[in-house]
Amino acid sequence: MEKKVQRLIIEPGRVEKNYWLDLLVFKNLFYILSWRDIKVRYKQTVIGTLWAIIRPFLTMIVFTVVFGRVAGLKTEGTAPYALMVLAGLLPWQFFSIAFSNASESLVVNANLLSKVYFPRLIVPASAVITSLVDFLISFVILIGLMIYYHYAPNWNILLIPVFTLIAFAQSFAFGLYLAALNVKYRDFRYVIPFIVQIGLYVSPVGFSSSVIPEKWKLYYYLNPVVSVIDGFRWCIIGNGAANPFTAYFVLSMSITIIMLIYAVYKFRKMEKTFADLI
Amino acid sequence: MSETAISVQGLGKKYLIGHENKERYTALRDVIVQNIKGVGKSVKRLFTEHGPGVAGSEIEEFWALKDINFEVQQGDAVGIIGRNGAGKSTLLKILSRITVPTKGHIEIVGRMASLLEVGTGFHPELTGRENIFLNGAIMGMNTPEIKKKFDEIVEFSGVEKFLDTPVKRFSSGMYVRLAFAVAAHLESEILIVDEVLAVGDAEFQKKCLGKMDEVAQKEGRTVLFVSHNMQAMSSLCNKGILLNKGNIEHTGNISDCISRYYKGSTVFNFNAHTALKNRLDRHNGKVRFDRVEIANETEGNDIWDIQIDQAIEFKLQCIAFEKSDGLTFYVAIKSQISDLIVSNFKVVLTKKQIVQGQTIYFSFSLPGNTLRPGQYNLYFAIADQFGREWFDAIDENVSLPSLIITPSRIDVHENVGFCSLPFQLNLDEVIIS
Repeated sequence: MEKKVQRLIIEPGRVEKNYWLDLLVFKNLFYILSWRDIKVRYKQTVIGTLWAIIRPFLTMIVFTVVFGRVAGLKTEGTAPYALMVLAGLLPWQFFSIAFSNASESLVVNANLLSKVYFPRLIVPASAVITSLVDFLISFVILIGLMIYYHYAPNWNILLIPVFTLIAFAQSFAFGLYLAALNVKYRDFRYVIPFIVQIGLYVSPVGFSSSVIPEKWKLYYYLNPVVSVIDGFRWCIIGNGAANPFTAYFVLSMSITIIMLIYAVYKFRKMEKTFADLI
Repeated sequence: MSETAISVQGLGKKYLIGHENKERYTALRDVIVQNIKGVGKSVKRLFTEHGPGVAGSEIEEFWALKDINFEVQQGDAVGIIGRNGAGKSTLLKILSRITVPTKGHIEIVGRMASLLEVGTGFHPELTGRENIFLNGAIMGMNTPEIKKKFDEIVEFSGVEKFLDTPVKRFSSGMYVRLAFAVAAHLESEILIVDEVLAVGDAEFQKKCLGKMDEVAQKEGRTVLFVSHNMQAMSSLCNKGILLNKGNIEHTGNISDCISRYYKGSTVFNFNAHTALKNRLDRHNGKVRFDRVEIANETEGNDIWDIQIDQAIEFKLQCIAFEKSDGLTFYVAIKSQISDLIVSNFKVVLTKKQIVQGQTIYFSFSLPGNTLRPGQYNLYFAIADQFGREWFDAIDENVSLPSLIITPSRIDVHENVGFCSLPFQLNLDEVIIS
C-alpha cells in the first residue's frame, strides 16, 4: 500500500472534489454489493435462477394470446407473434426490474447508509447491475424460441449491446432519481410499482409500435423506453422490422441523456442528507 | 511534538425536529403502518417543503452539536464521554462522513476507518466467509487486503468451523465475534469506534478491549472511542472529551473527564425523547424509562454505593409514547465480575390500558442484607402485561449506575458468594457433649 498521507477536509456545502475519485477507491465495494445481491437473489428458492426464465416466458405466452390472438394485432415483418413479444419483453423486463430495484436500493440498504461512508451512487448502480444478470439469463428463452421457430437473425443482432447500454442508462437515470426521492418521501415505494405497471401498457411490449397511429407518435415516443424496445425488435427480428433510427430515436436519446444528467445532479444534491433522513 | 491527526473548528450540526411523538419514517419495516392517513399526511408534506428530519407539524431547530473545537494528535487514544443525547454519535457520524456538518471545518490527516456498528452490512443468507469479504469491503478494505488478513480474522473470531454456514444460523455471540474480528483488522491510521463493546459475552469483550489496546498503544494509531463503559475508557484512552448537550464541557486527561462526568445527583434521567434509532436498546419504545432515582444516600451518580444492611429503594418513572395493554416490570441484578444474573423478578404493574402521554410512577425496594458486598449491574425492562411485547430496557450501557454493596461489621456472612440467604440457627439446640 502506498504511504501517501491523505488529507480530508469536511465542511458544510463543500463540493467534494474527490467524489468521482472516491467511486474508483470504492469500486471494490461496488463489485461486492452487486455480487451480494446476485448471490442472495435466489437463495432458499427451489428452482433458483430458473425464475429469471419462467417469468418472462409466461408473460410472453399471455401477451401472445391476448394481443396476438384475442386482439388480433399484427406482428412485425415475418416474425411469429411470440418472438415479436419476447423481443420487446426482454428489454422491458430489464428496465422495469432494474428501475424498481434501483429505486428501492437506498431504503433497503438503510443500515449501510447510516453507518458507513461511501459514494451513495454505488448502491443504485449495483442494483441495476444485478438486474442485468437476470436479463442475460433470460436470453436463453430467446435462443430457444428462435430455434423452435427456425428463425435466423441477421447482422442487426450485433447492435444488441448498444440498446442494452441505453436501457441500462435509462433504468439507472430513473432509478437514481426515484431512489433519492424515496429516501425522503417513502410514498414513492407505492408509486414505483404503479409506474412500472402503467409503463408496461404504454410501451410496445405486447404490441408493435407500427400499430400506433401517426398523430399520437410524438407523445408515444416521449416514453424513452419505446425506442429501446423498437431497437431490440429491429436487432432480433431483423429484416422486416421497422428501422428504429428515426427522428423519434433522437428525441428518446435526448430525454435519456437529460434525465441522466438531471438525476445525477439531483442525487448528488440530496445525497448529503440521506443519513439524516433514512 | 507529534502531528495533528484531526482538527475540528467551530463544528455545529443542526437538526430540525418535528413534534409528533412519533418516529419519523422508519417505514422500511412496516408497510402496513403506512395507512391512508399516512399517505395523506406525506402528500401534504410534499407540498410544504421542509428541511431534513421533519416529521411533525411543529418544527423546532435542534443543535445536536454547538461550536465544537478540538484537536487530536497522532497516536492519541481519545475517549468521548457524555450522557445519552450529548452528541457523541453525531460527532462520530460527522467525522466518518456519514452526515455533513451545518457549520465548521474539520481536517483529517491519514486514512480513517470507522466502526459505528459491529457487522454493518452482514447478510444473513451469506456464509461467514462471504460476509468477511462483504463486511471488509464495506469498511473500505480491498480484496487483496482482506485475503491477506483472512486467516488472522478467522482465528481471532474463533468460528473456523462455521465459516461455510450462513450467518443466519449463527448464535448471536458468534455473529458478533466474526463481525468484530473483521473490524479489528482494519488498516488505518485513524480508527473511530462507537459503543461496539456493549455486545458479546464478557470474555469476548475482554479480547476486543485487548485488541483495541494493541491498536492504540502498540501500533500507535489514533483512536477515537465512545463507550459508557468507564473502565474500558480509562484503560484504553489517554485523552478525553466530555460532551454535554452538544457542547464540549471539558477536554484533556481522560481521568479528569471521567471524574467530571461522575459528578451529579442520584437522579437519573434517561432522555426518553431520544429518537429510538439512536438508542442502544432494541425494544420498540412504546413506553420508555424516563427517570430512575434511588432513595438511599449514595455517592456520585455513576455508582450507587449502599451499605449492606440498608434496604435499597428505587423510584422509577416511565412515559408512554403509545398505548399499551398493561405493564410488566422486569428487574435483573447481575454480578459485574461474572456477568451472571444473581437475582431477578418480574411483576405486573397494572392490567389497565395505558394511553399515550401518561406517565407511570412506581417504586420498589430490595431488602438489606441480601446482596453480598461487591459490584452489581442493574437491568430494568418494561413490557405489556403479558410480557409479550417489550418496550424498553436500560442497563449500564445507557449509564444506569451500578450498585456497590459495601460490607459492614455486623454482617455475619463471609465476603464471598453473591447473595445472603436468610438462615436461622437456634442457639438452644446447639449441643456440645
